[in-house]
Amino acid sequence: MAGGNDELKLVGQWASPFVTRVKLALHIKGLRYEYVEEDLGNKSDLLLSCNPVHKKVPVLLHNGKPICESQIIVQYIDEVFAGTGPSLLPADPYERAVARFWAAYIDDKLEPPWDRLFRAKTDGVRAAAMKQLFEEVEALEGGFKECSKGKDFFGGDSIGYVDVALGCLVSWVKATSVLAGAELFDAAKMPLLTAWMERFGELELARAVLQDVDAAVEHGRMLMAKNAARASN
Amino acid sequence: MVPASASLHCHDTRSLTGTEAKMAEQVKLIGSSNSPFVHRAAVALRLKGVPYEFIREDMSNKSELLLKHNPVHKKVPVLLHGDRAVCESLVIVEYVDEAFDGGPPLLPADPYDRATARFWAHFLEEKCLKSLWPALWTEGEVQEAAMKEARENLALVEEQLREKRFFGGDSIGLADIAGAGLLGHWVGVLEEVAGVRVLSDKEHPALRRWAAEYLANEAVKECLPDRDQLLSHFSAIRDKCVSVAKSMLPK
Repeated sequence: MAGGNDELKLVGQWASPFVTRVKLALHIKGLRYEYVEEDLGNKSDLLLSCNPVHKKVPVLLHNGKPICESQIIVQYIDEVFAGTGPSLLPADPYERAVARFWAAYIDDKLEPPWDRLFRAKTDGVRAAAMKQLFEEVEALEGGFKECSKGKDFFGGDSIGYVDVALGCLVSWVKATSVLAGAELFDAAKMPLLTAWMERFGELELARAVLQDVDAAVEHGRMLMAKNAARASN
Repeated sequence: MVPASASLHCHDTRSLTGTEAKMAEQVKLIGSSNSPFVHRAAVALRLKGVPYEFIREDMSNKSELLLKHNPVHKKVPVLLHGDRAVCESLVIVEYVDEAFDGGPPLLPADPYDRATARFWAHFLEEKCLKSLWPALWTEGEVQEAAMKEARENLALVEEQLREKRFFGGDSIGLADIAGAGLLGHWVGVLEEVAGVRVLSDKEHPALRRWAAEYLANEAVKECLPDRDQLLSHFSAIRDKCVSVAKSMLPK
């Protein structure tokens, strides 16, 4: 059981939606933490010693002990700080399984083409990744229906695990839409999800934690230019 | 096959306790016996002492039942508990651990230990399996690079297993279920079909020991497909394995 003496440190990078995911969870739980911005081009000893396996952000340090992988960190926060603030995962085992399914979908199906899109060395690869990403997001409309059961959020009346798992990507959804010249969440195909994104974006939580969309657009442009340039060297 | 505690005569579930009512609801596992992912779900059910009906799926001709209950991925395993469908093998394992009280816990009680268990389950799934597949089925320089990565990942697992009997401690847990069947039983078959060696007694003694202990477990033995059957299956789909490996390579 967590007491007032908990020391929380988050090692992250401003653009990373996975870091944002953890920030959202910490914010929802009302937890104070120290934030350390990492230069991923020059990884610190702290990061390398706390995440020797993946050498990636985010890493959460709780009283000096590291926890890695954003979804694992969010579940950890939910479990350790069970008495603090709202619960992220529902109590019912089946609803938990449904939440975990959709959270896994986001990382297994959306993240790879999204990542390829920004790392693409050729227009062809970028276009294929873009197409795949646009196709894979469509299933989320059904996911929203299944999880929300007619309410405002994946978590029902209030924010839950899947809202956090997807909500961390909202600035990148908007940035990608700008860069693609087409809405990633097509309002005609995904009306519920589009409405959810608007609603999520209006929350104090989102305003406090999500990246500025223009900054994300610029960062995205920079990544694409950098990777295309590498290809021609 | 059905433990005494689950042989209920009463069909009116309203008068039963929560657990008894849950147990009285039919549990079905849709799967193919060649799949290491289906094996994970079956092991979890058996370790928890949950009786279930196995519905064999022909993956080359998917049933209405599968497509109805896993419209997103159209894959096995799918666990049906009453009218509820749970998909994705590791999600199923956690569900079985949480929904049924019998048997040892598949995840530890302490949140930090749980995070560690999930970390290694995810590592075995994401890093080990995804690097093993191209290491087995590609050729030339591409294969060399994939093999290097696969061996690095396996070395990390080996290091972990030097210190512990199972990732779950003294008993089989989530991470063991995620990886031991794959690395201890399926990989041997795949190595034979591919004609490529990835694991060795010399380099992976702890891994071998861990796999052997896992495979000696009664619940595991009950749902482990016969080696010859697997050999025959993967020999027949060799071309498909190769094309899947190609599609996994970075573009």
